Amino acid sequence: MALRDETGPYFGDFGGRYVPESLIEALDELSVAWEAAKVDPAFHTELDGLLTNYVGRPSVITEVERFAAHAGGARILLKREDLNHTGSHKINNVLGQALLTKRIGKTRVIAETGAGQHGVATATAAALFGLDCVVYMGEVDTERQALNVARMRLLGAEVIPVTTGSRTLKDAINDAMRDWVTNVESTNYIFGTVAGPHPFPAMVRDLQKIIGEESREQVLALTGRLPDAVAACVGGGSNAMGIFHAFLDDTEVGLYGFEAAGDGVDTPRHAATISRGRPGVLHGARTFLLQDEDGQTVESHSISAGLDYPGVGPEHSWLSSIGRAEYRGVTDAAAMDALRLLSRTEGIIPAIESAHALAGVLELGRELGPDSVILVNLSGRGDKDMETAGRYFDLIDAGAEQA
Amino acid sequence: MSAVSDVIRTRVDAGSGALVGYLPVGFPTFEESVDAAVAIAQSGVDVIELGLPYSDPVMDGPVIQKATQQALARGFRLSHGFEAVRRITEQVQTPVLLMTYWNPVLSYGVERFADDLVSAGGAGLITPDLIPDEGEEWLVASERTGLDRVFLAAPSSSDARLKRAVEVSRGFVYAVSTMGITGARSDVDSAARGLVARLRDAGVENTCVGLGISTAQQVREVLEYADGAIVGSALVTALSTGGVEAVARVAADLATGTSAPA
Ligand SMILES: Cc1ncc(COP(=O)(O)O)c(C=O)c1O
Repeated sequence: MALRDETGPYFGDFGGRYVPESLIEALDELSVAWEAAKVDPAFHTELDGLLTNYVGRPSVITEVERFAAHAGGARILLKREDLNHTGSHKINNVLGQALLTKRIGKTRVIAETGAGQHGVATATAAALFGLDCVVYMGEVDTERQALNVARMRLLGAEVIPVTTGSRTLKDAINDAMRDWVTNVESTNYIFGTVAGPHPFPAMVRDLQKIIGEESREQVLALTGRLPDAVAACVGGGSNAMGIFHAFLDDTEVGLYGFEAAGDGVDTPRHAATISRGRPGVLHGARTFLLQDEDGQTVESHSISAGLDYPGVGPEHSWLSSIGRAEYRGVTDAAAMDALRLLSRTEGIIPAIESAHALAGVLELGRELGPDSVILVNLSGRGDKDMETAGRYFDLIDAGAEQA
Repeated sequence: MSAVSDVIRTRVDAGSGALVGYLPVGFPTFEESVDAAVAIAQSGVDVIELGLPYSDPVMDGPVIQKATQQALARGFRLSHGFEAVRRITEQVQTPVLLMTYWNPVLSYGVERFADDLVSAGGAGLITPDLIPDEGEEWLVASERTGLDRVFLAAPSSSDARLKRAVEVSRGFVYAVSTMGITGARSDVDSAARGLVARLRDAGVENTCVGLGISTAQQVREVLEYADGAIVGSALVTALSTGGVEAVARVAADLATGTSAPA
């Protein structure tokens, strides 16, 4: 069977549904609704209309020669998901799930968010469709992504800071699941990445695979051939699955996922789930995760809120286990250097998450050489990260306060 | 061939039902958690549900989360769970079920976990995030060792799923009284009554109702239609505010709800 045809619940030994019984009915309802929507032309007409007229798709690809000069001269093409409405790839998924929410007749949506991009996208869709919206966000993340908290509130969503555990994305997912178990009759959970119980990994992938489908055509049109490598950052893994999927059965195309290595994969402070974790169960799926010898989840660390997650989507665990995709760690420092380099050489300020893919590609380009073509998913823009970058690079004048 | 089932049957045959009491291992300290479990058993709790603290407890409300997070922060290890079971079952006859999320068991090794639980004197597992569909390894290990396996049933479960839960469970079926997570509630949902009736139609022998039960009056009401009532957060609150003495007092009071009607 073609790798592209996998639909879950299992991807090899990974995936499934490790959730309380109380959620099974809701997951079944979503699975059935999604299978029906997938083959319903009316659903696609509505979604495609939104992607064109609201999100601004197709997103372009941009060749970045001045940046590529630092990557051994390989041709580097950026898939510009940063140009989407709301500033990242997250909106592709959210609009599909919001339409699905309407189809199953629910009026309230909840979401978890790390960097705030999925929360902003969900709040945006809720505003557009007139749905009540609650977003769970770890307290640590509400501080480092304060601007996105303000955006969500302006859009009419309620943001609930989560104070349990590591106070980051993992704990926000726990609280969103608790809310869902309690309010499942009125509420749909709009999940932000390709992790979680079935049908989320397959459904979110299906809603993000447009990234790879568009860019495969765009690269062919521009270069007359397929790229040698496709690269993306991996938090839960939705932007990576989105761009990988169209290429899964193109065996000559290498697939590279870049995980957050924080202070380094050999230190205790990182989020390199596939590189350093082992298989287990987290948030409803069997997958790789960072855990101690007792199976307790270990807290992850990354400068990037969107990659600061100790789990990963089960399809990535599978692609790694069969050797179809390769996963590597990128440190905070390397990512921040790449963020500055792209800003200064190309006038594009990437999200810190996406900067992990850029840093990985600087090295990959040197390995593959000047004749190679590398497609990189620029999953989001850096506006939300200006405070972190400002502090990191000491760009803000002492005592300066915006009026 | 299940001690848990025998205890519940004895109480039901006497005209009432069983009181199942939840407490986490390692809260407020390891020693006090053992003493508290022994104390509630001596105060009328018929089955002990001993919770293993876990980093990501999605079925737990604020009271239990706080207690288990504290136990983890103080260095809870899985080995303490087996040690607690051993210490409790040495002191009281009351059967002890471990309540655990699935990843710690998976990480330990399902077969090894089952063997070590048997050696410690444990009766079986309650698995809040393991549905029978994903439970093959556990079904095999519990079949081999004779351990009880308590799966959950929810008001939203289909008839087919209830039937499956009844078929694979041993000890009892955990009937989730309401859609939600653990925590005391002022009235236990009427959904519980309907769910228990549907479980009876599916052929259940023993079913205990949990989530939200905190008073002797609620215990009595639940035992009108179910075989057992499960109390968690109310005991944990008593333990955290008044120590072992207080939790014993609350257990004794809850147990008045299990006295057979005059
Ligand atoms: C711009 C951007 N890229 C990547 C991610 C990571 O998510 P995923 O791995 O699901 O693409 C996030 C998450 O917040 C994000 O905002």
